[in-house]
Amino acid sequence: MLKRTLLGMLAGATVAFAGVTASAQEELTIFWAEWDPSNYLQELANQYTAETGVVVTVQTTPWPDFQTKAFAEFNAHGDAYDIVVGDSQWLGAGSVGGHYVDLTDFFAKHKLTEAFAPATVQAYAEYPKGGGKYWAIPTEGDATGWAYRKDWFEDPAEKEAFKAKYGYDLDVPKTWAQMRDIAEFFQRPDQKRYGIAIYTDNAYDALVMGFENALFSYGGELGDYSSYKVEGIVNSSEAVAALESYKELYKFTPPNWGKTFFLENNQAITEGLAAMSMNYFAFFPALANKAANPYADVTGYFANPAGPSGKQHAALGGQGMSIVSYSTKQEEAYKFLEWFVREDVQKKWAELGGYTCNAKVLESAEFRQATPYNEAFYQSMFMVKDFWAVPEYAELLTQINNRIYPFVVGGEGSAKDALDGLAADWTATFKKYGRL
Amino acid sequence: MAAMAKLTADSRAAARGWSDLTIRNLFIIPTILFLIVFNIFPLIYSLGYSFTDFRASVSEPANFVGLQNYRELLADPYIWRNFSVTAKYVIVSVGGQMIVGFGVALLLNRAFPFKGLVTTLLLLPMMMSMAVVGLFWKLLYDPSWGIINYALGLGTFDWLSNPDMALYAIAITDIWMWAPFVMLLSLAGLSAVPQHLYEAAAIDRAGRWYTFTRITLPLVAPLLLIALIFRTMEAFKTFDLAFIMSGQPTTEVIAIRLYKMAFQEWQTGRSCALAYIMLIIVLAITNIYVKYLNRVKER
Repeated sequence: MLKRTLLGMLAGATVAFAGVTASAQEELTIFWAEWDPSNYLQELANQYTAETGVVVTVQTTPWPDFQTKAFAEFNAHGDAYDIVVGDSQWLGAGSVGGHYVDLTDFFAKHKLTEAFAPATVQAYAEYPKGGGKYWAIPTEGDATGWAYRKDWFEDPAEKEAFKAKYGYDLDVPKTWAQMRDIAEFFQRPDQKRYGIAIYTDNAYDALVMGFENALFSYGGELGDYSSYKVEGIVNSSEAVAALESYKELYKFTPPNWGKTFFLENNQAITEGLAAMSMNYFAFFPALANKAANPYADVTGYFANPAGPSGKQHAALGGQGMSIVSYSTKQEEAYKFLEWFVREDVQKKWAELGGYTCNAKVLESAEFRQATPYNEAFYQSMFMVKDFWAVPEYAELLTQINNRIYPFVVGGEGSAKDALDGLAADWTATFKKYGRL
Repeated sequence: MAAMAKLTADSRAAARGWSDLTIRNLFIIPTILFLIVFNIFPLIYSLGYSFTDFRASVSEPANFVGLQNYRELLADPYIWRNFSVTAKYVIVSVGGQMIVGFGVALLLNRAFPFKGLVTTLLLLPMMMSMAVVGLFWKLLYDPSWGIINYALGLGTFDWLSNPDMALYAIAITDIWMWAPFVMLLSLAGLSAVPQHLYEAAAIDRAGRWYTFTRITLPLVAPLLLIALIFRTMEAFKTFDLAFIMSGQPTTEVIAIRLYKMAFQEWQTGRSCALAYIMLIIVLAITNIYVKYLNRVKER
């Protein structure tokens, strides 16, 4: 009797173990930040599950915790995540640190450099830039754009008053100078109306992305990405003018606007506070949703305006999908990526609300007309520029925040001093890591 | 007599079936092991890392760099700015807590209706989560519709976006939250002051100030010093409130800098060195306090 019981238990345990092993083979965990696109990805992944039987879970964490949590897992060589949808700046740390699987052969096999928009391949997949090695599949293309109150802009009385004051028609700004005028025009604290909402949070990359919008359009650069030279570049006269211009816009923001990011900038529109608001395109679906934005019908969108010399660029956001090198299910992860890069799947991804980077889908009239902001997104994705993607990017972020935040928000010192200090900081950092 | 007592205790333990040795093995050894594994070992391990250029985010071995991390940290003007912000915060916040807490305790140290209920209600702030308090006070400070500006008639005065005010705004929140702790300890001290001392002072026609400085304060001082030690240590390590309420460089206390260095920039070796510098400072401050406390007790 005892023997039979023991045999039964052993058989049960074997079946249970086999079950666990089988289910482990058929599950994939994708790690991303907590926002609408991760919900869209889960919906898309459900279709993959329906087709293949492989259960894909998109695990999320709030944005402020995203980088810390992902790298804590990488550093522990943990296999909690099979795929991570990481920020573009992570490419250096992910690849050099050995956390990401090299996808260069995968790219060649599926001709992905041709399938995806060139700027997105370089931004979300390639490290070092121009090195021909790829570590991620461009997943959520993103850039910073602007939402504005169409009804305020189109009000005949406002138009007349604007023309009388500035000598030209009130319309969507084509330059940063026009944007400044419009912000000043709508700055009416007594009516609880304010000119503009910009990023000012210095905790991660918010303020930096906001400043980059001005910097790149003014013709400035963060440095030479191939030689790591920054002196004379990040503190050039164009960069100084751009920082002064960004600080100028801060004067026309709503009160208490010293630590703001995507949430506050969407609130600036949904609460009827500001005439214009900067944000990543990924956050615009909420503004087009009447349930979330009472002004959805009168909210318009435009791409980042040009600088004084006519150059027009936008700061890059967005993420790419990488296989975690510590995952025990890399084969399954590859299969998922093979499915994800298919053009029909990319089309579905766009339909669900994801910002595809697939060139054909992106350029299609269907995509560009699908939402009120897709046209501005399409325009932006061909003029994006990004922050440094080196492994020490977080140190560079801290240093730039330390230098420009006191000037923009605190009004301390001058733009020239701030950027001269930044050039010295970054030069020292690049020397420390043997890049200079 | 002592031997008898020991025998009785031993026989009682034996009657329960647990010897002293068993009790030691069951309770003390696991605790010591726990402390060694989770406190002492990481402490020593991180001390080792503080002399290396180790970065947890890259798969490269740690290189020994001697005192370089310590040298660079102590020469970094930003770190000194963080320390100075922290010092200012500790002085304002802990000073405020001591004054408010002790003041409220003096007011409560008398009989009045619903005294127990009032005391309990006053203790509520320190029972709340720091994150919740931070978010809650952020709303209170809002320049457009926050109740503080409304109540004080300050219009749209910026508390948290103003680099000169943000640290004080956070310190006020900390005072609101932790003054009850000082109040509680002070109340315990005040209630322990023998009544006959006040009666003797009254017979000698001693004034209120004289009674306060010669009787009340000296007798409550040891407990006040204990409150001061705890609050100083806590304020020095403050992270949550400052992190949640403001991003101003003028509010970046040293614990926030440490967090960024360790978990955003992944400068593991250097952040270990900074943690040790902080530890040494806290130990030094505590030591001074403890010495002073012992002197007060001896009086």
